[in-house]
Amino acid sequence: MIQEPIIALEQVSKSFGHGSKAVRAAHDISFALHPGRTLALVGESGSGKTTCARLVMREYRPDSGRILFRGKDLNAIGAAGLKEYRRAVQMIFQDPFASLNPAHTVDFILRRPLALGRPHLKGRAVDETIADLLRRVELNPGAVVRKHPHELSGGQRQRINIARTLAMGAQVIVADEPTSMLDVSVRLEVLNLLNEMKRDLGVALLYITHDLATARYVAEDILVMYAGQIVEWGDVHQVLTNPQHAYTRLLLSAVPDPEIRFDDPGARLDPRAVDAIRREARLLQDRVVEIGPNHFTRQAA
Amino acid sequence: MTVNPLLSVQNLTIDYIGAETDFRAADDVSFDIAPGEVFGLAGESGCGKSTIAYAINRLHKPPALIRRGRILFEGQDVLDLDDRALREFRWHKVAMVFQSAMNSLNPVLRVEAQFHDLLKRHRGYSKAQSRERAAEMLRLVDIPPERMRDYPHQFSGGMRQRIVIAICMALDPKLVVMDEPTTALDVVVQREILQRIDELRRSRGFSVLFITHDLGLMVQFCDRIGIMLRGNLVEQGTSDQIYHRPQHDYTKQLWASFPSLHGHPARLERASG
Repeated sequence: MIQEPIIALEQVSKSFGHGSKAVRAAHDISFALHPGRTLALVGESGSGKTTCARLVMREYRPDSGRILFRGKDLNAIGAAGLKEYRRAVQMIFQDPFASLNPAHTVDFILRRPLALGRPHLKGRAVDETIADLLRRVELNPGAVVRKHPHELSGGQRQRINIARTLAMGAQVIVADEPTSMLDVSVRLEVLNLLNEMKRDLGVALLYITHDLATARYVAEDILVMYAGQIVEWGDVHQVLTNPQHAYTRLLLSAVPDPEIRFDDPGARLDPRAVDAIRREARLLQDRVVEIGPNHFTRQAA
Repeated sequence: MTVNPLLSVQNLTIDYIGAETDFRAADDVSFDIAPGEVFGLAGESGCGKSTIAYAINRLHKPPALIRRGRILFEGQDVLDLDDRALREFRWHKVAMVFQSAMNSLNPVLRVEAQFHDLLKRHRGYSKAQSRERAAEMLRLVDIPPERMRDYPHQFSGGMRQRIVIAICMALDPKLVVMDEPTTALDVVVQREILQRIDELRRSRGFSVLFITHDLGLMVQFCDRIGIMLRGNLVEQGTSDQIYHRPQHDYTKQLWASFPSLHGHPARLERASG
């Protein structure tokens, strides 16, 4: 049973620049984040993924459209409502080496958000909560709590980042390529941890990536973006096994696959066909086609 | 029939010298690359794969120290080359493409000038000759030759990476070392570039040393693959062997640590090394 969305974007658009030079960074974007579910946002660099993340983080205001928090328009919930929103919506960044203050210990890094997120905690209760948070992200509190970020590996730092979002009492986590700078063997641990946050704590996740295989691993639903538009969306298995939009198909055909050698006949991507798909996908895709109960695509009219 | 290898790395041992203890980045590593072959080195960061790539081009600097071993290129030990021979060796024999290569273009020079820099120095070309060669090389990587008048910032990241590859191939090197050449690019662009290199190595006959952490991509592109773990080459074999019949536990764990697009989406566990 899917719960009511905690955040919903309704026909949100955002462009940068003016007049003929305006760049359509996000056009007519609608999606919802539900507690205990992960929505993957995939697409190449420049497709608008990070613009969507920043709209959700309220770093950008939409040019048009609405963002709803528990059903209420963000523009109408007032200062107290926005404060609650900011507390509930937390972000994990791509670069675990740049996203923790190098001058502070892990203890300090977690104490600050706890003071903001759970001000009723005092004294020993704070220490215990920090230890609990570290255990929850599978770190040994005794071993890391006094350390500085440079003494930790990339995977450990990303765990601290996750613990920090939990310290704030995050209900929504926006994770922008959270594993792309980690070693392959550590990536899975972080993905498994995000899956646990979702399952055990009912966190809603917006998982931004260009890696379709990890999207399939963590998400229930997927949005495929190209040139600022969502070209295909729905159930992750439906979209990835029965792609309808030419761009989704192109993206899937280019994913590294040990079953297909470059010299296999038929494996070759034709550069001219690729260019044609890109040109076509840059046009306004304003005709929504329903493929199945939870699978849609947009086509140029 | 055995073909003489183009490159033969033999018992290569490299340490990074520390104040108290040394760090062994490569430990008794041996492998051959045949003419026209694509050989892959896979492993996680810190396993020594880039250290080896640098050593092949003699680009390693202190505190890196080669303790033991030989790097034979067409039978000649690269470690014995004097400065003059080394200048001849780099670019002519071995060219290198780095992960951030697209940022290694000079931002204030037109693309044609960057070709000319290389061709004038190594071949004594005139501007007109360099332009002709640049046009030929750009065509190979699917960039319209008339764009050689443009500056690097006027190209996308993928195009800049292709320009670097074109410059690397301008002197017809026999070996191209590629250290994560497409990691910063998205998958469609990555596929376009590697597919082109695959065609070019078949038509022009150069060898490639390809370094990446993406085993799936490596199997698609390479003829043979070596797996590195903490400075040791723990397994090497044909792509087919590494994919279908991995022998070493670490290779098996590496495969298991990748979520796949097609396999069973069960919970995976990490490779513990």
